[in-house]
Amino acid sequence: MAQIGYQHIICDPTKCIGCRMCEYACSATKTNAFDPNLSRIRVVRIEPITMTAISCRLCADAPCIIACPRDALTRSEENGAILVDEDKCDGCGWCVEACDFGAVVLNPVTRNAEICNLCVDQEEGPQCVRFCPKEALSLATPEVLRQQARREVVARLFEELLNEK
Amino acid sequence: MYSYTGKILHIDVTNQKTHVQEVSADWLKKYVGGVGMATRLAYDNIPAGSDPLGPDNALCFACSVFAGTTMPVGTKHGVASKSPLTGFIGDSLSGSHFSEMFRHAGWDGMVFKGQSPNWVVVFIDDDQVQFLDATRFLGMGTTETQQAIREWLGDENIRVSSIGSGGENLVRYATIDNDGRQVGRTGNGTVMGSKRIKAIAVRGTHPITVADPQALMAETLKLIKTSQGPSTQKYRVLGTPTNVLNMNKMGTLPTRNFSETVFEHAEEVSGEYMHDHYTQKAVGCSGCSIACEQWAAVKEGKYKGAIAGLDYESLFALGPNCGIGELPPIIYLSRLCDDLGIDTMSTGVVVSWAMECYERGILSKEECDGLELNFGNDEAAGVLIEKIAKREGIGALLAEGTKRASAQVGKGSEHFAMQSKGLEMPGYDVRGMKTFAAGLAVGTRGSCHNRSLAYELDVKGTVDRFKAEPGRGKLMKEKEEFAAVFDAMVLCKFLRNCFDDFWKDASRIYTITTGIEMTPEELEQLGERVCNLKKAFNIREGWTKADDWLPGRVLGDPMPSGPGKGIFVTPEELRMMIDDYYAARGWTSDGLIPRSKLVELGLEDIADEIGVDEPKPAAKEA
Repeated sequence: MAQIGYQHIICDPTKCIGCRMCEYACSATKTNAFDPNLSRIRVVRIEPITMTAISCRLCADAPCIIACPRDALTRSEENGAILVDEDKCDGCGWCVEACDFGAVVLNPVTRNAEICNLCVDQEEGPQCVRFCPKEALSLATPEVLRQQARREVVARLFEELLNEK
Repeated sequence: MYSYTGKILHIDVTNQKTHVQEVSADWLKKYVGGVGMATRLAYDNIPAGSDPLGPDNALCFACSVFAGTTMPVGTKHGVASKSPLTGFIGDSLSGSHFSEMFRHAGWDGMVFKGQSPNWVVVFIDDDQVQFLDATRFLGMGTTETQQAIREWLGDENIRVSSIGSGGENLVRYATIDNDGRQVGRTGNGTVMGSKRIKAIAVRGTHPITVADPQALMAETLKLIKTSQGPSTQKYRVLGTPTNVLNMNKMGTLPTRNFSETVFEHAEEVSGEYMHDHYTQKAVGCSGCSIACEQWAAVKEGKYKGAIAGLDYESLFALGPNCGIGELPPIIYLSRLCDDLGIDTMSTGVVVSWAMECYERGILSKEECDGLELNFGNDEAAGVLIEKIAKREGIGALLAEGTKRASAQVGKGSEHFAMQSKGLEMPGYDVRGMKTFAAGLAVGTRGSCHNRSLAYELDVKGTVDRFKAEPGRGKLMKEKEEFAAVFDAMVLCKFLRNCFDDFWKDASRIYTITTGIEMTPEELEQLGERVCNLKKAFNIREGWTKADDWLPGRVLGDPMPSGPGKGIFVTPEELRMMIDDYYAARGWTSDGLIPRSKLVELGLEDIADEIGVDEPKPAAKEA
């Protein structure tokens, strides 16, 4: 399959309202309790209207995997997600430092690194996408979004041209 | 017991002591949270007759039951104290990431008492409380303070509630700001300032557990869906500024200090115009599925760079009500108030009162510090607002609110001081909404649309809005109790039409969240209990029937134009509706609560203090 990049959770900042429903849903799905500190997706709001949600971007050449001194991180063959081997991980945090997006969580209870696994274990797929009230989140590859953007812009331009007549 | 922690944190800032109050599941079920719980904490912790700005007043925070969960629009908190504006119960709500954080820190509520000798930031780090020197933050705007404290403490996760200059300088209608949302009305920021607390910073690390997470998540998905439907469309698309044209059409858009009801520039300040020219983005509170707050930015001209989350109430108060007919100054003034930490609504109505005084020659140019305070002078309004926050010159008079300022100035200016119990009126000319007029008059926190909700009856045409008739009292009571349930749970009222059967759905959601059984009937009684408890607080503070009244303009000046031209609320009509309301509430004709009513509502512990023995039947018509 000639795919550029892996599917990951992408947030459209123009649609994101900063409600953090994704954090609540993620932590409840993973821990059965509500705790944004354990959410694998986090909303960043730079006051007052700049906001978006960030989770693991499944980097093609993932620095977290390279950084792990105990080889606890591997890539899933199924969907490309970063898998954490709980027995090997000792919570040293090198992966946290290596990640440019702050997408790795260090769980103080389990003492493990935790990374978005795209909810492979959930029937309905990623719960953050499902609970986002504004459909700002999607599971997509950058290439798919690029294709969508091209189609949308052309459709909009032609609509404007037709309306101007 | 889930969601709740059963713990209230008491903080005395005089001697920097804290203690923990444990509360039972029964107690929590009785007051639930938000305004309900905050009012009970205020009742228990504020001795009768306390100076609102003295150490005995208590600033009481209470979390929403749903804070930090997926329950849509449920992450809010209520605050109550004795209001420096009204002298009665001052309860207010804010949507926030703040409430979620104080639940994570392990608290259902927080009570601040005393008066610190020096300005402090109270830092609640789970169960550790620190009192930090706040000198470096004094004079700083609300939003800037919050960011500066996060940087200072070195943790972006910390949530902060702060006051601005308004609260520091004891402007009687100061706000407490958190993440750009405000505990806005009745001066809770003033009380915080009187205690010399510049900010409350919270970091919580405990997870929130609910009784049945799967069930709550399923309810969430249902409500997320219905809250994208027609019942919330107006909030989602244009936000509350959509009301401008509706109110203008009805002839109830308060214009030039409520002297007119139709504004010639309504189009230019409408939600529609704002959406097309200024709105950048809709923003939600935490856990919100609606996002009503429309952030508008000015990109050119003299107010270039101004940006504000503008809602209808701020817009009416600082716009049409001050005779200002374009959006850029309104956006600027609204943000100015938020940054200075003063209530946009009270501020707008205070400024418009000063403008009318100036135009009538009651206040001279000299008395206004050389400002030409004509209606529509937006630059003068901006200067005046800064003076209010600093209590400089005429600002010191206006910082007292319209009730006190007009009593001091006299010369008939009380007639058009648009307040009830000292709280400035919301954006509806109630001469053309008679049920709502009575609703505002009987409001326990003063004239407030959010607590009354009776405007729905007049706006939707459930009743003839130009008429006063027996039976309105019962409708007012029902609306008030419905609102009180939302304010206690806490749920944002914009969700109110998204339920199949509100009482059944909401009581079930309460139970799956807390594990505490709640029936629809019990939930209905909660509304009545909260309304009576707020009233009980006021009675203990010396409330009499004369306090439930409206300004002279509503009761004597006919509306000059619009569909209701010539109409006003006569004192007889108002008296009749208020008496009808007391009767519907089961109160005496003097508006007092019979002992039996308090017992019926589970408030037997205050029945001896507040209840009257023999309920006299309320007179129908004086």
